[in-house]
Amino acid sequence: MSEVAAPTRYQVADHAPRTLSDFLLRWETILVGLLILTIVVNAILTPYFLDVGNLLDATFNFSEKAMIALAMALLIIVRDIDLSVAAIVALVSLTMGLTAKAGADTGMLLVVALGVGAACGAVNGALVTGLALPSIVVTIGTMSLFRGIAQVVLGDQALTEYPDALLSIGQGYIGAGVPVSFAVFLLLALCVGFVMHKTPLGRRIFAIGANPDASRFSGIPVARIRFGLFVLSGLLAGLAAWFLTGRIGSTRPNIAQGWELEVVTVVILGGVSIAGGSGTIPGVVLAVFVLGLTTFGMSLMNVPGIVINVLLGLLLIVVLAAPIVIRRWMAFRR
Amino acid sequence: MNARREILLAVIILALIVGVGIRAPAFVALSSLLGVLTDTSFLFMLALAQMAVLLTRGIDLSVAANLALTGMVVALVNHAAPGVPIAAIVVLAIAFGAALGLVNGALIAGLGIPPIVVTLGTLAVYRGMIFIIAHGAWLTSKDMSAAFLSVPKAEFLGFSSLVWIAAAVALAFWIYLNHTLAGRALYAVGGNPVAARYCGIDLGRQQLTVYTLAGAVSGLCGYLWVSRYGIAYSDIALGYELTVIAACVIGGVSIAGGVGSVSGALLGALFLGVIVNALPVINVSPFWQMAISGAVILAAVIVNSRTERRGGKLILPEARRSAAAVPGVARS
Repeated sequence: MSEVAAPTRYQVADHAPRTLSDFLLRWETILVGLLILTIVVNAILTPYFLDVGNLLDATFNFSEKAMIALAMALLIIVRDIDLSVAAIVALVSLTMGLTAKAGADTGMLLVVALGVGAACGAVNGALVTGLALPSIVVTIGTMSLFRGIAQVVLGDQALTEYPDALLSIGQGYIGAGVPVSFAVFLLLALCVGFVMHKTPLGRRIFAIGANPDASRFSGIPVARIRFGLFVLSGLLAGLAAWFLTGRIGSTRPNIAQGWELEVVTVVILGGVSIAGGSGTIPGVVLAVFVLGLTTFGMSLMNVPGIVINVLLGLLLIVVLAAPIVIRRWMAFRR
Repeated sequence: MNARREILLAVIILALIVGVGIRAPAFVALSSLLGVLTDTSFLFMLALAQMAVLLTRGIDLSVAANLALTGMVVALVNHAAPGVPIAAIVVLAIAFGAALGLVNGALIAGLGIPPIVVTLGTLAVYRGMIFIIAHGAWLTSKDMSAAFLSVPKAEFLGFSSLVWIAAAVALAFWIYLNHTLAGRALYAVGGNPVAARYCGIDLGRQQLTVYTLAGAVSGLCGYLWVSRYGIAYSDIALGYELTVIAACVIGGVSIAGGVGSVSGALLGALFLGVIVNALPVINVSPFWQMAISGAVILAAVIVNSRTERRGGKLILPEARRSAAAVPGVARS
């Protein structure tokens, strides 16, 4: 018993010493490299890319998705997934359209958007945690259900009567040309990043993802936190719908179609493990920029959207496969 | 596996058909019911293929994209060389689809990337490839040869060729999953991967097999889809992968792996097929279809979880106790 050397107070080895290669192989470092590469390649290919005004305007196209991605990252960290986010956007936009028709103002519409979004999230959360169902199946079901309701109500119609104030927020800027939605996204990212990396709640969320059983035995309210994350996902989808509806000024049943897959792609590219328990918010934010600027650069060069999707799909696979192949190759050499 | 559940589903489908038949007698005419079967044959085949993947705790989101890409490839081949015999076209469709599936399988089994991520990526890639190889063009029935278009129109003993092909695929899957070692291995891998490994079952090999198989079936469906509807472009069967998964879930296939039967998957597909075909007949707007299938998926997954819990056998009392102590903690 007494033979064990007592560790001195200031040398508790809770992690291996950090080396330069650790830093260089960190996911965030790789993403920064990718981001620089994206910017350089685009700047060489098209003269219109490196223009601050253009770049800021480009954020309109991904800020709404990026807000949802923050919540999706947390869900994937706790081993869940929410495939219904885009359908929630559709349902929220529908209720916004109906209440706007009934004369609601912009502030009221925000309340409606957040309320409906949170309610949809609560449905998902209740089914997943209350009935212990797999989230992927539940949210495939609610995805059909939510978008289906929007389709039933809208048919082939569109709702376009929105107050001018909403449109000017959706397409508006704060200060020197920073889009409102982008500023809100950055603010949200800061908050989520702080909670995840600097507070006990964040550590608990990572713990749940790493080992739900052990977390439950340690007194973490696993079901309650997972439920809360589904509500958060719905809430942010509602907020995104508020901005999106304001930006495009109309609601059709196919609004935000296919976003769920784009959002999941961003999160995974951001280094969040689909197996849960690991990932960082800065990584997700970097991935948002990499994907957003890649898309923007290619659309400047008139690359069709579907071709951009091919490259994003390839990027997702290559980015995940490359470290595994490199690691195997290094192990093989050794 | 769970015969009572499947009988219940069959009874519900029958009740649905009878109910619709009372409102609209034309629906229960033999020709109309055969039409439902024909319309649903794609879903039958794809649900079976998806089930094999789900059994191994995997998922294949790229089946519909694979279908669309293979459909475009064979349509282009037919357009460029109308003389190529149909047998060769069918073989090409199956082989090309299998190759696309093999890509999934290799990434999943070889590199250990999670199936949902791989197939999400290949879904985008395969869809986009359609646009690239066809330069954004659409191929319609006038770009296809008569022989190419004739296969889905053929009939034998009153059933369309699509139903016969689906039946053959179903029989093959039934034999594979119930009467071959390789098929049983899928259940073993999904039920308990660790135990399966100790029994000498190679997970990687099973994964390669099921994704390639899913690809081959998708490829076959790709040719049949394009020749039946007489059109090939980048958006055919868009989002159909989720319908396929829905059919499996309704049919009692567990997304957590190891549970599912051929008859269940077929019934799940039939259920969705009957709903899709019944709605217009009883004058319900087709816009309802999506909401209804969403509600049905949720109902099915709730029912599944109840029966699974009741039927689940916990061998060790310790396991029972620890399971009871952790309510609500389920891997998803």
